[in-house]
Formats: sequence, C-alpha cells, structure tokens
Amino acid sequence: MAAAVGAILLASVTLYAVLGGADFGAGLWDLLAGTTARGRAPRGLIEESITPVWEANHVWLVFDLVIFWTAFPHAFAAVMTTLALPLWLAVGGIVLRGAGFAFRKEITRLSQQRAAGAAFAFSSLLTPFFMGTVVGAIAAAAVPANASHASLAAWTSPAALMTGFLFVAACGYLAAVYLVVEAARRGDQNMQAYFTRRAQAAAIVAGALSLAALFELQHPDLAFFNRLTGRALPLVVLAGACGLAVLALLTAGRTKGTRVIAALGIAAVIWGWGVAQYPVLLPGTTVTLTNAGATQATFVALVVVAVAAVLLVIPSFALLFTLQGHRVLGGNDQGTHRAPNHRIM
Amino acid sequence: MRASETVLLAAAPVPGNVVPDRAQMATTLGFHIILACFGIALPSIVLLAEFIGLRRRDETAMRLARRWSQAMGVLIAVGAVTGTVLSFEMGLLWPGLMRRYGAVLGVPFGVEGLFFFLEAIFAGIYLYGWRRLAGWAHWWSGVPIALSGIFGAMSVIAVNAWMNTPGGFTQRDGRITSVDVWQVFFSRAASYEMPHMILAAYMVAGFAVASVYAVGILRGRRNRYHYTGFALGFVPAAVLTPFQIFVGDTAARAIAQDQPVKFAAMEYVAQTSRQVPEWLAGVYVDGHIYGGIKIPDMDSLLVGFGPGTRVTGWDSVPPADRPPVAWLIHLTFDVMVGLGFLLLLAGLWAAWTWWRRRRWPRPRLFWLAGAVSGLAAVVAMECGWVVTEVGRQPWVVYGLQTTAQAATTNGGVLASLSIIIVVYAVLGTATIAILRMLSRRWRRDDRDEAPVPYGPPRTLGDQPALEVES
Repeated sequence: MAAAVGAILLASVTLYAVLGGADFGAGLWDLLAGTTARGRAPRGLIEESITPVWEANHVWLVFDLVIFWTAFPHAFAAVMTTLALPLWLAVGGIVLRGAGFAFRKEITRLSQQRAAGAAFAFSSLLTPFFMGTVVGAIAAAAVPANASHASLAAWTSPAALMTGFLFVAACGYLAAVYLVVEAARRGDQNMQAYFTRRAQAAAIVAGALSLAALFELQHPDLAFFNRLTGRALPLVVLAGACGLAVLALLTAGRTKGTRVIAALGIAAVIWGWGVAQYPVLLPGTTVTLTNAGATQATFVALVVVAVAAVLLVIPSFALLFTLQGHRVLGGNDQGTHRAPNHRIM
Repeated sequence: MRASETVLLAAAPVPGNVVPDRAQMATTLGFHIILACFGIALPSIVLLAEFIGLRRRDETAMRLARRWSQAMGVLIAVGAVTGTVLSFEMGLLWPGLMRRYGAVLGVPFGVEGLFFFLEAIFAGIYLYGWRRLAGWAHWWSGVPIALSGIFGAMSVIAVNAWMNTPGGFTQRDGRITSVDVWQVFFSRAASYEMPHMILAAYMVAGFAVASVYAVGILRGRRNRYHYTGFALGFVPAAVLTPFQIFVGDTAARAIAQDQPVKFAAMEYVAQTSRQVPEWLAGVYVDGHIYGGIKIPDMDSLLVGFGPGTRVTGWDSVPPADRPPVAWLIHLTFDVMVGLGFLLLLAGLWAAWTWWRRRRWPRPRLFWLAGAVSGLAAVVAMECGWVVTEVGRQPWVVYGLQTTAQAATTNGGVLASLSIIIVVYAVLGTATIAILRMLSRRWRRDDRDEAPVPYGPPRTLGDQPALEVES
C-alpha cells in the first residue's frame, strides 16, 4: 500500500512537472522575448495558451505537498526543515508569478503591464530553479532524517545547483514544444519557427545538463548512482530517446505527437529517479516509504482520494483542455473587456 | 555561521520561534481567509445574477454577472497563490505538527485538494467561456465552482475542527498507530465550525458586493444597475445572518463543553462557579475587569438556560495551560457578536420597509450601513478566527501538542515575517487597485454606451488608439 501511495505521489509530481512546468517555461520565454514591439507576438501566444489553464495546472503542486505530508510526514518535516531557504524562495516566486500574471491580464496601461509582466517572467525562472535545488539536494543524500536546522550546504552542492539549472531548461523545453504546437494550430508559421528554434536549443541544454547532473550524482551517493544506471537504466534511456525524437521531429517540421513525446521524456526522468530511490525516501538515511510516519489507514484513504481524483478530476481536466484546444475559452467578457495591448495584431 | 546558529538554538530552544511563527501564520491566514470567503461564496452570487439574467432576460443582471466574474477571476487567482503559501507554511513553520500528526490531519487536506482542482478547472471554463459557451451551458459550467467551494471549505475546516477537538486516531510512543478517517473529518467541533465558517463566507462576499453598490448609491448613482447589484449581494447575506447567529450561539455553548478554557477566556470566567455574569466589553487585567458592562447570571443562562448552570473557569487548568491575553479573546468575541447583531438589524430594517412599502429604505443611514456592511462582515470573521486560534493556545492540537512543540527549530522567521508583511501589503494594495480599475473601466463603458445625440465623438480616455480594433 505504501508503494502504491509512493507511485501516486510520483504520478502527481509528474503531472505538475509536465503541466505546471510548461507554464514556468512559458514565463521564461516571455522573459526572453525582448522589447515590447519584438516580443508582442510570442507574448500574445504565450498568454493565450496558458491563461485559462495555469491555475488548474498549479493545483498539482498543492496536491503533491498534501500527499507528501500525509503519507510521509517524517520525510516531509525533514525536507521542509533542511531546505527551508530554497523552499521559501520558491514560494516567493509562486506569489510574484501568480499575482503578476493575474494582474497583467486586467491592466491596460503599458508601463504597469510591463511591471506585472516582469514579475511574472522573472519569478518563472526563480521557482523551478529553487525547486530543482530541493530535488537535487534530496537525490544527493543531503537531507538528514532528524533534521533540526536549515542547511545551506545541502542545496548548494554541484549536483543540487545543476539540478536547479536542469529544471529551468526542462521547463523551457516543454513550454517551447507545446507552443510550437499552439502556433501550428493557429497557422502562425512565424511563431512556429520561432518556438521550434527555442525548443531545439532548450533540448540540447537540458540534455547536456541531465548528463552532467547524472555524473555528478555518483559523488554524494554511489549506491543511488548505481541503481540509476542499473535498474532505472531503461527509463534513463527512454528519456534520452524521447529527447532525440523530439529534436528530430522538430527539425523535420513535424508537430504531431511532439508534445506527448516531450512530456513522456520528462516523465521518464522523474520515474527513473523514483525507481532508483525505491523504497528509500531520503537517500543516505533509513527513511523509506513504509516507516515515514503514516499508517495503513492513511494510505488507504489516500488511495481512495487518488481514485476519486482519477474519476472526477481527470475528466474535468480533459474537458478544460478540449475546450481550450478548440479555442472555446478566450475573451474574458464580451463588450466590456479589452484585450491587453500585446494581444492585438 | 552554522556552528553559531546551533549554539544559539541550544541556548534558546524552541519557544523563541513561537511568537514570530504565529505572527506569520496569522498574517498569511488572516489575509488568505478573506480571499477564501470570496472563493467559497462569490461564485454562488455570480451564478444567482446570471440565473436571473437568463431566466428573466434581464440585461442588467447579466451585465453584473459578467463583470463580477471578471473580479472573481482576480480574487480566485490571488487566493490560489496565498493558499499555496499556506500549504508550504504548514511544513516550513510547523514541521513538528506535520511530523507528528501529518498522517492524521492530512487526509481532509487531500479531500480539499480534490475540490481545489475542480474549482480551478471549472473556473478556467466559466471565466473564459463567456464568449463562446451558450447561455445555460455557461451557467452550468459555474455550478461545480460553487459546490467545490463549499465542499473544499468543509475539508479545510475539518482540519481546524480536528485541532480543536482531536480524535479518530491512536498513538504509541509518539507514533500514529491507527487512523479513523471518518472521525478525523467529522470531529465534534466540525458540526458547528463548518456551518459557521461557510455562512461567514457568504456574509462576507454578499455584504462586500452590497457595499460597493451602496457607495455608488450614496454618491447619487441611483439607477437600476446599482440597486440590482446591491440587492444581489445584500439579500442573500441578510437572509443568512439570523441563521449565522443561531449557529454561533450553538457553537459557543458547545465550546463551553468541548474547550472550557477557551470559553472561559471568551467570557471572563476566572473561577468555575454558578450564576456567572456576562461581561459586555471590558478589559481584564490581573483579576480586575475595567470598563465592562456586567449582566448578572446571564452567562450561566446562555450556557445552560438557567442561572444555576455551572460554568468552568480557567482556574480549572494550571496557568501554563491557559491562553494568553484573555482580554483579546473576549473583546474579539464581543466585536464579532456585536457586528453580527448590527448586520441583522440592517437586514431587518430592509425587510420591514420592503414588507410595508415594497421598496428599499430611503434614509441615508441605511445606505451608510450598507456601505460599511462588507467591512463589518470581514472584521467579524477575522475576530472569530482570533477567538478560535488564540483561544486554543498554548495548544496547536488541543490537549495533545503545544504550539511550541510544533514550531520550526530554524532561525530566520523574523526575516521571512518582515518580507511576508511587505509582499502581502503590496499584494493587497494591488488587488484593490485592480478591482477599482475594473470598476472605473466599467463605468466608462456605461457612459460610452449611453446615447449622446449631439455630444462629441466617443473617446476611449487613456486607452491607446490601437484598442479600438479589439
């Protein structure tokens, strides 16, 4: 039962990564889109693509936290104590980002829009980076079981920092691939080419960083590295293959299936991490899925919640994405609402 | 750096963090709870407006529904952000609580997550579906938002209720050994906390909406648009007020049984006794009550319907187990009750005039009351949270774990508290500024739409010329 809940946690982390991660990545491209005039078209596409869905995508984060603290409270308390600083910084990014994005839609004056847009874009960079350092620190065995104070060294190791950069690159990669498809769907060839170049660049950077992080991980915890290149090897290979396939498809100008393959690649990395750690929750300690503080009844309750989520939430998400895909959702309010400046043209 | 930190922690153990920890939780929760009220109740009010708009082909109600949904989008987005902060704070500020009881109180949170999903997903459909979803299809897409707001609120309040009346689990040597999920979700306090807070949310959202239009009416905008906007907020909130007072009265009696020390602080009951007087206002300092009005036997009467009813005082527990600052708990309780009755009065006034004359009251005082009713509801709700949270101290889980045991052992909470105060001040100001800007934009649209036969051509004010195309 504990393993099932572990799988549920990993599945919802995966969904947060492939849905919420793409939203962060879109913020990254917003940041790099250049001046107001040059960035108008990409920013418009980004906003149109994520406006109706970002909030729902980010609920996965809250869901991940809840499952983590309910099923594995001892590990949760240890992570929250040791890695308090990067977690606070990630929270700061989430506040700035959500507020900046929500406000930017409603304000019409260009200078204010710029300020809100900058908050949104800059924090899109912060949050994935610090979340990456948190995951990197856990994988690099830097979280003790009985943590009583925060540690700077835990998340500033080369492995943790590299994971931070990897998260930023992976978010950018996912977002660019998704935006290529969004542009193609709108028949916007300029934007399709624009985001294709960025998807390719991000794919190469993310690939290089994954390899570097992989080899860096053998220093702190050789056993974990051995399992990553042992029993988790098929998933690691799958992740690499997906990345190469997306690169090849994009180079050939094909868009069909690229989103799914890109997301599958990210999922393979996350599940590779999970398989390599199993059943240990905090590498370098004896904290496992079964002894982290919860009971059988808690696990059963969480499995029931997860089943309910599959029955209720997944069809609702399907409806949301279908409506969004058919461009039914757009235009906040006919007649009274004016689109922000950069959406025009 | 690390070594000196460790020494400091060893020299001044946990309690040093409790005050800043609680201050930060109070700031972030106190801010979020206002947005949560709108998240819970505003969808129903918007749906009511849209329902009337569709049913009676009422253009005014329809226009209000559209505009409110835009404001709702901003409020839900900011609420989602501040809610996420709270999820992190559960671990960052209270690792001791989560470590020990995460497996118990986490389950209602999991259920809440489910409803949070439904709320966010259907908000995405409802808020952005105005243009292309047909009438009733659009209305129905909003129903799950309203329902998940209510059920989500029940789940979160279940956690708070459990902290007040913990049960439904067994533990041995500090480890949870079994959990009865149903009993955790529906602990004793849940039966009164759930309806009390959900009604509070509807009162906050309803009176706040009414306030906006009461201000407009006071400024002379006496048109159908403003009266409809006022009515759609005021009527549901005023109708629910007497129910809220009934639920609150029941809750207070139950607290006298479930958490007698909290009740003693609420009512200044120092010694367990019979014929306990009721104190209205008054400040308790060192055994004396200054400036209060004493009603003999009233407290015993309220608790047990007879002056002979024995009421437990705070002398029933050692001083270390009593909540701090009894006067704060008592005064916030009185303010909450007082404001509740004033809001009831405003509703009765409107009902009386409507019954006799079939119209709204004319006196300016009524509209002034309407204009401040939103603020009054917010203050009452916040006071209620002060009563229940400060009144539970020194415990975080009543009788089982102290707040000091739950608090983080990390330093730096004062730094995060200062940053949070600044960030939330900016966030609150920006939210209000955006709502005011929306309102100004709507007013300009209305003015532009009014026929101006010989007037100058329509200008779009500070809109750039490009905007005309959209």
